[in-house]
Amino acid sequence: MPKVLMKGNEAIGEAAIRAGCLNYFAYPITPQSEVAEYLVRRMPEVGGVFLQGESEVAVGYMLFGAAGAGARVFTTSSSPGISLMSEAISYIAGAQCPAVFVNIVRGGPGLGGILPSQGDYFQATKGIGHGDCRMLVMAPASVQEAVEMVMKAFPLAEKYRNPVMVLGDGLIGQMMEPVEFPDHLKSEPTNKDAWSTNGMDHRNSKKRNIVKSLFLDPALLNDNNLQLKAKYDQMRSDEVMFEAYNTDSEYKGLVVSFGTMSRVCRTAIDLMKADGIEIAMIRPKTLFPFPEKAVADASKKPTCTHIISVEMNMGQMVEDVDLSVKGHLPVSWYGKCGGEIPTPEEIIDVVKSRIA
Amino acid sequence: MGKTFKRPEALTETDTHYCPGCTHGIIHRLVAETIDELGILGKTVGIAPVGCAVLAYNYFNCDFQEAAHGRAPAMATGIKRVRPDLMVFTYQGDGDLASIGMGEIIHAANRGEKFTTIFVNNAIYGMTGGQMAPTTMPDQRTTTSPFGRNVEDVGMPIKVAELLAALQTPAYITRQTVIKPKYINKAKKAIKQAFTYQLEKKCFSLVEVVSTCPTNWGMTPLDAIEWTEKTLLEYYKLGDYKIPA
Repeated sequence: MPKVLMKGNEAIGEAAIRAGCLNYFAYPITPQSEVAEYLVRRMPEVGGVFLQGESEVAVGYMLFGAAGAGARVFTTSSSPGISLMSEAISYIAGAQCPAVFVNIVRGGPGLGGILPSQGDYFQATKGIGHGDCRMLVMAPASVQEAVEMVMKAFPLAEKYRNPVMVLGDGLIGQMMEPVEFPDHLKSEPTNKDAWSTNGMDHRNSKKRNIVKSLFLDPALLNDNNLQLKAKYDQMRSDEVMFEAYNTDSEYKGLVVSFGTMSRVCRTAIDLMKADGIEIAMIRPKTLFPFPEKAVADASKKPTCTHIISVEMNMGQMVEDVDLSVKGHLPVSWYGKCGGEIPTPEEIIDVVKSRIA
Repeated sequence: MGKTFKRPEALTETDTHYCPGCTHGIIHRLVAETIDELGILGKTVGIAPVGCAVLAYNYFNCDFQEAAHGRAPAMATGIKRVRPDLMVFTYQGDGDLASIGMGEIIHAANRGEKFTTIFVNNAIYGMTGGQMAPTTMPDQRTTTSPFGRNVEDVGMPIKVAELLAALQTPAYITRQTVIKPKYINKAKKAIKQAFTYQLEKKCFSLVEVVSTCPTNWGMTPLDAIEWTEKTLLEYYKLGDYKIPA
């Protein structure tokens, strides 16, 4: 298929349809409302469902209901909206249902701002909802990668029967880039009859299915959470994705950066290389599971003296970098937020001063 | 002559956890009889609330989902939009529907979602131990209105049926009770009518059922019935509030 020039938000909507997701519920919020504006026209063309809910709270539960009934379903929102959906995300994880959430992150806390940010790293990877729940989180660095990650999110959500998030900073939603859509995803048959409320007649059974996250018996709740933990452990071993950049060189410093920020870092690394300074980068493509081993391995390069986590926030991923490096080299953070994006020149200055 | 009275197929044989004198059991049975009579057990999905009926999924013999507090109408919307062929009902109390879930029920009703809500109004929070609800009567004592509901401070009880009937979207909105046999027959007809409208894909339907809570009202079951008739039914008038054209 030829490349088309598309705005990130619209490409995300199209990618979901091509992944076979024909059910979309959402509430408007800047900077991602174009997804809904695209899908309200596109869903009827493919016989899909579009509904604008009355709030992000309600939308979260529309997803829970639809996913519980066995449908492939997704929503898109931005930071404050995701906070409102986090209650439902916890219930969906607890009840072990698949659903996809796209967060086009804006600045926070509170109402924050409407410009690009990576301030929801903690929320997405550590605190997506109350209780012992986690979510697989992928972070695209281009519109093309956003398309691929959205398409990958659905089979992953169904494989693990767990919420999956695609976390794009606002730039991913707002910028236009050429994209090439992969072929329509071939749906893997998943046995939703075993657990979903798709109706006893539908699955030709006399046994009812119950979708719930309530386990009043402590032993049963413990069992349920052990099942969840086993899934999260499996994600850690099977689903880690990252990109290593310039790690074959004798680099003096290592940058860890994700999303749009990693593209600025890449430019800075190229400029320094031209200047005779070798710097490498690990770009996590999954934020949970975090590529701990890749970061740890890269930090062990004998020439490496310092590791810098560069983020569009006040220092969040740096804690996971620190945990991965386990103290054998200094780890520091550099970043800006509120829509301010560090320039290659700033990054070069910071890197040079810290590797010295 | 064969059996004339038996457990509806739509009810399991599980003993309920409801208190003596509580009318949830009667309402469960009326819903189950309706499901049997319409022959829809195999395509029905119930949504349990948070509140006394939180374990309703143990008592009904159909598919069930358990919602967060107040969110049952949003979940029912999600199911019904992706599977319009399923019959979906929410079963909610007055704390769940009229307090924390007021936004969800109003918008689901206003969109004309084709599901059925059984709204059990007993003027108090039951499961959490008798706190004041939006439906608690003026001067009624609860654990969070120990000197009686002060309407100067917290306003008047909300009449849900009247409030939803004020929406312009066609719907079936009715208020019934089950405290005596004469009322039970009418309530049964209303519940069956509500499910029938859904089956015909006609409109949103809600049956408010004025119910008792002897435990948290601090009354005997008989006194609770008398108080319901004299006090609640004076304020919460029975009858149809909206019928689709």
